[in-house]
Amino acid sequence: MVEWTDFERATIADIFSKMQYEVVGPAALARCLIVYPWTQRYFGNFGNLYNAAAISGNPMVAKHGTTILHGLDRAVKNMDDIKATYTELSVLHSEKLHVDPDNFKLLSDCLTIVVAAQLGNDFTGEVQAAFQKFLAVVVSSLGRQYH
Amino acid sequence: MSLSDKDKTAVKALWGKISKSADVVGAEALGRMLVVYPQTKTYFAHWPDMSPGSEPVKAHGKKVMGGLTLAVSKIDDLKAGLLELSEQHAFTLRVDPANFKILSHCILVELATIFPKEFTPEAHLSYDKFFTAVALALAERYR
Repeated sequence: MVEWTDFERATIADIFSKMQYEVVGPAALARCLIVYPWTQRYFGNFGNLYNAAAISGNPMVAKHGTTILHGLDRAVKNMDDIKATYTELSVLHSEKLHVDPDNFKLLSDCLTIVVAAQLGNDFTGEVQAAFQKFLAVVVSSLGRQYH
Repeated sequence: MSLSDKDKTAVKALWGKISKSADVVGAEALGRMLVVYPQTKTYFAHWPDMSPGSEPVKAHGKKVMGGLTLAVSKIDDLKAGLLELSEQHAFTLRVDPANFKILSHCILVELATIFPKEFTPEAHLSYDKFFTAVALALAERYR
């Protein structure tokens, strides 16, 4: 079981309570598709992903980015058992979506950078450490049911 | 994943802006790394103070940014341009190359916090490639 300090719990709750899902979600997914173009392999039916401008303006990318970010809500609400919380989603990503779990880390790095840009100086080293620890647990849980 | 002309142009363009606050960027990125990845502190146990904002961290951040400024100037041949630095890291400092990725990530995060508008996805892409190329050149003399 993951141990969380009071600071970590408060930091995660704070970041997500102020989260602008419709801005951060799309920005994080678009950034991932641009910075790590091989991730586009999972979005063949998303239409125009030919360049950064197209990706950033793509409405399907925006919608999916928001969906993914809201997917983190269940972890925020169940920080003491994130592994169990994501059992179904892990099976989905493995059996149905066939996503290489390495991609979870790539998206999580992009999300960290987008949140850093939003929070500026408030994104201190301590806040970053808490946020990255949270994302690492999510990433690990999403990869847990792969076999 | 070698650097295209577009990447080199993007790196140089933003570096012009970054170098004006180079000392701050370096110190903050290094301070961030020591907090977020505590295992990196093992390389600095000889410092009296490893906390963000301390004198050793500021001095060292400045040094690291100096190295990166050199890398930008030698962007067309990083292997040759960073040979001396590679030998220093390989034989004297003996930093595990896995840490290059860690520091790179912290610099990218720092750039995002200080230059949110300029650090677009395309700039991010070029810088990620640049830091990967620098890390490779730094590891050249390791074995």
